[in-house]
Amino acid sequence: MKHTRQFPAPDPSRPRRSTSAMIASFVAEGQKTRLAPFGHALVALARERPAIVGMTADLSKYTDLYVFAQAFPERFYQMGMAEQLLMGAAAGMAREGFIPFATTYAVFASRRAYDFICMAIAEESLPVKIVCALPGLTTGYGPSHQATDDLAIMRAMPNLTVIDPCDALEIEQAVSVIADHPGPVYMRLLRGQVPLVLDDYNYRFQLGKAAMLREGREVLFISSGLMTMRALEAAKALEADAIGCAVLHVATLKPLDEAAILAAAAKPGRLVVVAENHSVIGGLGEAVAAALMRAGLHPAFRQIALPDAFLDAGALPTLHDRYGISTEAICSQIKGWL
Amino acid sequence: MTPTPHGDNRQLEQRAHAIRRNALMMGKVQGQGYIAQALDIADVLAVSYFHAMNWRADDPQWEGRDRFFLSIGHYAIALYAALIEAGILTPAHIETYGGDDSHLPMSGMAAYTPGMEITGGSLGQGLSVAVGACLGLKRKGSKSRVFNLLSDGELGEGSTWEAAMSAAHWQLDNLVAIVDNNNQQADGASRQMLSSEPLHEKWQAFGWFTQRVNGNDLAELVAAFDAARAHPEPVPRVIICDTKMGRGVSFLEARERNHFMRVDADEWDKALADLDEGARR
Repeated sequence: MKHTRQFPAPDPSRPRRSTSAMIASFVAEGQKTRLAPFGHALVALARERPAIVGMTADLSKYTDLYVFAQAFPERFYQMGMAEQLLMGAAAGMAREGFIPFATTYAVFASRRAYDFICMAIAEESLPVKIVCALPGLTTGYGPSHQATDDLAIMRAMPNLTVIDPCDALEIEQAVSVIADHPGPVYMRLLRGQVPLVLDDYNYRFQLGKAAMLREGREVLFISSGLMTMRALEAAKALEADAIGCAVLHVATLKPLDEAAILAAAAKPGRLVVVAENHSVIGGLGEAVAAALMRAGLHPAFRQIALPDAFLDAGALPTLHDRYGISTEAICSQIKGWL
Repeated sequence: MTPTPHGDNRQLEQRAHAIRRNALMMGKVQGQGYIAQALDIADVLAVSYFHAMNWRADDPQWEGRDRFFLSIGHYAIALYAALIEAGILTPAHIETYGGDDSHLPMSGMAAYTPGMEITGGSLGQGLSVAVGACLGLKRKGSKSRVFNLLSDGELGEGSTWEAAMSAAHWQLDNLVAIVDNNNQQADGASRQMLSSEPLHEKWQAFGWFTQRVNGNDLAELVAAFDAARAHPEPVPRVIICDTKMGRGVSFLEARERNHFMRVDADEWDKALADLDEGARR
């Protein structure tokens, strides 16, 4: 194929320090974090639940499942670089009474292994917990690893519960909740040093429940995943401009807490802004829009989301700015809309 | 580029050395990366680009070229190094490696880089694309061949074996698969993840003309690429290359956690010196 991308000519006198490495951090300077919350929570739960097993496709290191593998080497299954096999084998494990936590990157579960998750796991509603790192735009490595479409893909699957947690606290809490849930779950994972945000909001994760984290008169953010963190930061920043922002955190995309969304959106006079780390197509934004339409609610409505495009490679902060999901970019979009 | 004459590997040694140097220079820009893979595959790339393949530096899209498909997108650093040595990219690109708005992203993408034929990175797709390209070349009556570089870890993907069956089914004697067998992947040693051995017997059973060589021995590689060209049967060809991660830099060869290697700032110049010293011996 002919290369089509045009860039400024390289300038050797100005070395660039940015990186399109696969593993990139979106932690703000000075932000509280916890290391590998998923891995540690799974180990704690597995001590009480012998049915839990861990399975991965060559990505224990980069999905924090290594913590489980070290604690329970005989309950850990390294399946190799074979995501279809991983999902089929997890289905088999579940059929024999186990609760497999199967990890890979979100692109590989959603795109490559989709049919296996669909027919081997979801159609029989088997209790496989699919936990996937690099959701949305959390790597600058390029489209091969940027799961900008995973929520659209996974929401479309019957029987599957879909979760997009915000921070370390929520991930820790969600592990035991999804283990208790009788059916299959797809959970987006933040790994490594994960921001700790919701501890300041007296938050408790409940499957299928949205949570109003703060109130405000001008804007209602409806958000999931790391974009809830960004919405909270934007809300604080916009106080300086006397713009009051409410933030409704929707960790469970499916089943969607329509009652909470409708109640919040029915309050008159607020701009409804759905913020998500996902393509504008098929994610939380369109799910919320459909719920509002069905209920006959027509607030002013905007989406902060990734474009319907294969995204660039580059440094993650650069890309978050470029595609409008950094806190600064959110603030300027809000001011432009009001 | 026309193939070099047989028996003279000094030129290829210099090419391989230059590829390793270019890769280390790019590694130095980022301070980290898939440098151990670049060092292990430099000899294969030297033989591919400077012995086996036909191409034109001033026209990377020349219709008569042999195609090089990089399934394993993370090896881009190695292919960039070879493309610089080939004159398809320039040394000025080195400083931009892995940065914003660079023609050299960490993972190989066709739209970004002259000479990068496919977008790799999601492993297990390259061989299928190669099958289609070989069918297309045959349909056009082209004599061009497709070289597809895979890794041993990538053999875990079932799709690789669908393509392997298909290539034999279609008698694709214009396809040369190269497997970098370095026994390393993200989580550790490949043979402890999902062993693909016995490799020779597997590929042979799938109907391929199969050779297994020391992928860091230029003479063996030249002989294997020559045999892949000359083999009379209408079957696809595979060259399994046993390689050593970090090859050519002694202290990197010895390093264990080497899939995505972090190298201290002061070590890059040491690595370049170590490489140059090895070349003089």
